[in-house]
Amino acid sequence: MTNVLICIKRVPEISGEILLSDDQYSIDARHVGYTLSAHDECAIELGVGLAKDTGGHARVLSIGAAGAAEQLRYAVAVGADSATLIEADPEAFGPADVAAAIASEVRQAQMSFELILVGNDAADTGDFQVGVRLAYQLDRPVLTGINTAEIRDATVLARGAGPQGVDVFEIPLPALIAVQEGGVEPRYPSIRGRMKAKRLKIEQKAAPLEPAGSGRVRLTLPEPKPSTVHMLGEGPDAAPALVDVLARSGVLNR
Amino acid sequence: MILVLVETGADGAAVTSLETLTFARQLAGRLGTQSVEAMVTGSLEAAATVRDQLAAQGVESVHHAGGPGMDRYSAGAWATALAAVPSDYVMAAGTPRGSEILAHVAARAGTSMAANVVDVVDTDPVTVSRQVMGGAAFEQMRVDGSPTVITVAGHAVEPADAARPSDPAWREFEPELTEADLATAVVRVEEGEADNTSALTGARVVVGAGRGVGGADDFDDLLELTDLLGATLGASRVVTSLGWRPHYEQIGQTGSRISPDVYIACGISGAVQHWAGCQSAKTIVAINTDADAPMVTGADYAIVGDLHEVVPAINEELRRRTAPDAAE
Ligand SMILES: Cc1cc2nc3c(=O)[nH]c(=O)nc-3n(C[C@H](O)[C@H](O)[C@H](O)COP(=O)(O)OP(=O)(O)OC[C@H]3O[C@@H](n4cnc5c(N)ncnc54)[C@H](O)[C@@H]3O)c2cc1C
Ligand SMILES: Nc1ncnc2c1ncn2[C@@H]1O[C@H](COP(=O)(O)O)[C@@H](O)[C@H]1O
Repeated sequence: MTNVLICIKRVPEISGEILLSDDQYSIDARHVGYTLSAHDECAIELGVGLAKDTGGHARVLSIGAAGAAEQLRYAVAVGADSATLIEADPEAFGPADVAAAIASEVRQAQMSFELILVGNDAADTGDFQVGVRLAYQLDRPVLTGINTAEIRDATVLARGAGPQGVDVFEIPLPALIAVQEGGVEPRYPSIRGRMKAKRLKIEQKAAPLEPAGSGRVRLTLPEPKPSTVHMLGEGPDAAPALVDVLARSGVLNR
Repeated sequence: MILVLVETGADGAAVTSLETLTFARQLAGRLGTQSVEAMVTGSLEAAATVRDQLAAQGVESVHHAGGPGMDRYSAGAWATALAAVPSDYVMAAGTPRGSEILAHVAARAGTSMAANVVDVVDTDPVTVSRQVMGGAAFEQMRVDGSPTVITVAGHAVEPADAARPSDPAWREFEPELTEADLATAVVRVEEGEADNTSALTGARVVVGAGRGVGGADDFDDLLELTDLLGATLGASRVVTSLGWRPHYEQIGQTGSRISPDVYIACGISGAVQHWAGCQSAKTIVAINTDADAPMVTGADYAIVGDLHEVVPAINEELRRRTAPDAAE
């Protein structure tokens, strides 16, 4: 039986245009809303599967504003068994603070979590370090960039894309893994899952520590580049003009 | 001293590591008080090439961490090697390995770490500008603690040789690794997606497919275009997330970074995270129903229209021009 703790972060939806708050310290997400990063969704899928296969429990944990309950419920709708929200101002927490707060929660929790999953990097702040810092806090081995994992007795066999092919690792439990999208296909919530998530009582806690901060001074947006596009035309009639471009670029002579 | 972790392979140092060395040298030049040294690891397949590349980058000395523990990748072991050389700054490229190793360095030293840095804007206290939101915004961030731990964003600078090459001192050493350092080593490498990715990164022509394609069964036109051009198919993240195409075909921030002669983006809106992977293409062509899509406005050439009408017409024209009895 392997109990899995999956740490997820509520992040602004940032695939479209980005607006900053007036003080330039945060993303203004009022019009776009919040979501989970793809890595975190994959961590949920992987963690739920591993817990289920071994008869264990899958819990999701988030440190953030009250609104993060939305993401925790989503995780439950796609299979997690329970959810914990550590309420805190997410902007005040740097990656070392987040790792310390998760570690504190893991130490006090009644359940022991043999496996902890995080996303490889957060879609908003992209710090690439919460998993590794948490591993040092808890004195556990850690792997990052992992696509798939299976539990074999007291070890985890994990795979991730390396520079020469697929890197295979085998580490002893208890362990920590930072999951990268590409290995598992996150499922959509079922109607039953949604019902379960709606009824779920989220365990709420106060932050166990005063954060040291992230070092953020402010955010900036890149300068928009003026367009220099050459329009070749509309619809299929423009096809010959495009083939001319290809010919001039020297990619037709094969 | 600025210590740069250099990732190497069969062809020598990785381009991203050369970018990082250039970034470090420019910072050292501005500070006037710092030198740049490099760390290489493991059995070093192309030692002579690496030595030349590091000399061209003006590196003052090279620390080569060798020994049996360094032959297989393990982030903890690499971090131990870096910590064995005291430095003011530790830098690596913001690659999967660079980010992982430096996170270990920072966690052990109890310092902060700034990922995907594009510029050091101040040095007292050290303040950097770095990519956040998948490259869509920048954060000015204070980096506390010593050493200053920084990963450098891909393409933040062009790799450039130093004005004068150096004759770097070469020091071999065997870091003292712990059991924990070795416990997370790669146990074996299997063939797989990484091989397919290299087809995309090395391709001369790439045809990109976005959500505008419509569905997993609607790729025939694009695959024919790919075939007629001897091109490689790439995709946006929506396309791989929906399972229409395999993940290794993804182009962008979290996929491959391509640099073909021509990139033809079909039904792709052109989110910043997609641009992050394709902006190095020499010529970019967009086919999109929306003339205001960022992929169109940022392209060199564009056709506004339904790709399922435009692409068959291109295929037809290509077949006509390359037919043996073509009139032209
Ligand atoms: C941290 C992070 C990392 C990310 N990494 C990546 C990444 O690596 N790669 C990536 O691609 N994305 C990435 N994204 C996602 C990115 O933000 C966009 O969501 C994604 O690129 C959009 O894909 P798309 O252009 O295919 O789809 P859409 O944005 O939905 O665009 C579809 C386009 O097709 C056009 N269209 C529709 N029908 C037709 C038709 N019949 N003919 C022609 N055109 C048509 C539409 O006008 C539209 O412009 C990332 C996002 C985040 C937050
Ligand atoms: N506030 C948070 N609450 C829970 N998990 C988090 C939080 N911040 C980061 N994480 C986890 O750590 C991963 C990596 O984040 P980062 O190191 O900040 O890029 C994320 O994908 C999450 O899984």
